[in-house]
Amino acid sequence: MRPSSDRGFDAMNVDVMKVAMLARIRLTKDEADELGPQLNKILAYVDKLSGIDTEDVPPTAHPHDVAMPLRADVVSNGNRRDELLAPAPEVENGLYVVPKVIE
Amino acid sequence: MPFTSLCEWSRRLSAGEISAVELARLYLERVARYNGRLNAFVHHDEEAILEQAAASDAHRAKHGARALEGLPIAIKDIFCTREGPTQCCSNILRGYQAPYDAHVITLLKEAGAVLFGKTNMDEFAMGSSNETSAFGPCRNPWDAERIPGGSSGGSACAVAAGLAPAALGTDTGGSIRQPASLCGITGLKPTYGRVSRRGIIAFASSLDQAGPMTRSVEDAALLASVLCGHDPADATSVSNVPQIDWKAAVGRQDLKGVRIGRPREYFSEGMDAGVLGCVERALECCQGLGAEIVDISLPHTEAAVATYYVIAPSEASANLARYDGVRFGHRCEQPRDLLDLYTRTRDEGFGPEVKRRILTGTFALSSGYYDAYYLKAQKVRTLIRQDFLRAFEQVDVIATPTSPVTAFRIGEKTNDPLTMYLADVFTIAVNLAGLPALSQPCGFVDGLPVGLQWIAPAWREDRLLSAAAAYEKATDWLSRTPELEAMA
Repeated sequence: MRPSSDRGFDAMNVDVMKVAMLARIRLTKDEADELGPQLNKILAYVDKLSGIDTEDVPPTAHPHDVAMPLRADVVSNGNRRDELLAPAPEVENGLYVVPKVIE
Repeated sequence: MPFTSLCEWSRRLSAGEISAVELARLYLERVARYNGRLNAFVHHDEEAILEQAAASDAHRAKHGARALEGLPIAIKDIFCTREGPTQCCSNILRGYQAPYDAHVITLLKEAGAVLFGKTNMDEFAMGSSNETSAFGPCRNPWDAERIPGGSSGGSACAVAAGLAPAALGTDTGGSIRQPASLCGITGLKPTYGRVSRRGIIAFASSLDQAGPMTRSVEDAALLASVLCGHDPADATSVSNVPQIDWKAAVGRQDLKGVRIGRPREYFSEGMDAGVLGCVERALECCQGLGAEIVDISLPHTEAAVATYYVIAPSEASANLARYDGVRFGHRCEQPRDLLDLYTRTRDEGFGPEVKRRILTGTFALSSGYYDAYYLKAQKVRTLIRQDFLRAFEQVDVIATPTSPVTAFRIGEKTNDPLTMYLADVFTIAVNLAGLPALSQPCGFVDGLPVGLQWIAPAWREDRLLSAAAAYEKATDWLSRTPELEAMA
């Protein structure tokens, strides 16, 4: 993968396994063989954006020109620990259980 | 009977001609008979439905009727409900039980509605055909070999087939309007910020919006009057905006002097000639009702699909990071370590289309590419918004086809994701600009429904409803219903 140049970005040969690792998805080889070319085809299609002049155009993050509202910082939902832990795959003493992180 | 409108049922309930329990039974029998073939519902709890209906009858007797008293509303599987599973039609959420109701579900309950099961959809709302669902494809009631559209395919199918009088859908790039069009019903996507997104499983946060899927325009207004409104717990729900008098908007039914924009980019040569003919005739009909048709241009239309397929996957890749096998949903067996837990859980839980979008988004946001993809797309998004702002200086509403084609065959486009993406070409720009839009039936090609899309300026849903109600009154597409006997 190489970074984009000033004049936009070219269709490139993206390493799907590397992107999948960034996304924390372990692809099988068969999946990678299928998804890799599809991903490159999608990126080649969206490459058409590089031909559009956006000099001095501000980006849109929210479709309307509104300020982010703020509300008072008050506790509103009480202690629902058990209820919120209920959907977890593994829980112990009110905590989520995951494999050991530090050896 | 099953094709009776929501408003008509409301009148009959109030007149005491039918009870909420009897009404629920009528639709439950339809579901029992046809859902096996259509696969519109992925979860349906008869006992819970009848319990709600009985409670509604009791409420009516004791306290009088609320806005949606006793009316069965089917719910897309993307809305969190305390009762029954919420699975977003994904294996990664199989069996997930939400600990709270989405804000709009609370509003429905407070209005006396009967939550009538969870409907099929594309996995995480990513798809235009309902084929990416982990629970199998939903079928089009007009031709069971064809797709109902997506992602709210099950909701559209349920209403079109008379398995429910109305449904909730969500629309990120056309997911209410396109299936409404392909199934021959009415679908309204409100202005971004009009409806609370709290408790709706997030796909692309700057685009997602919930709305009604109904038979008539009046029904859409009734449901919208309950769903819309400010929610302080959703920061993107807007408070200081003009409120809509929904009933008055539908009642106006007037196109005299209304300037309807006809964007040339939406009437291009690439589209189905039959679909084009239906939409042209609909515009002639509106002209006959006193409207003025104005040729306009939305020059950045062609860039909308590419812009969307950078922005939506980028936001999705961030939103779907939460499915990690730790707090809820699927977890892989015997993980070796934390990385193995994450990567194997996500490989097992997500289907191919969701993976494609997560990968596209992850790449577009990755170091060294952010400016060239995400930021660039956000800038083009501004140009698309400006196109509409300029057009609305000239016209009151815009009319276009909802979809360039009628319902395609199941399996026809699954091998080429990009071809599927291009099916959204007429609905996507509306989401990028945050505008309200409505699709309604405007004819048939070879027995398959065609949709007419109305687009209005932000916060002007009243214009959509007035125009669509006027057109609906002048035509009789609603009287046509699909022949389902072969699907029993």
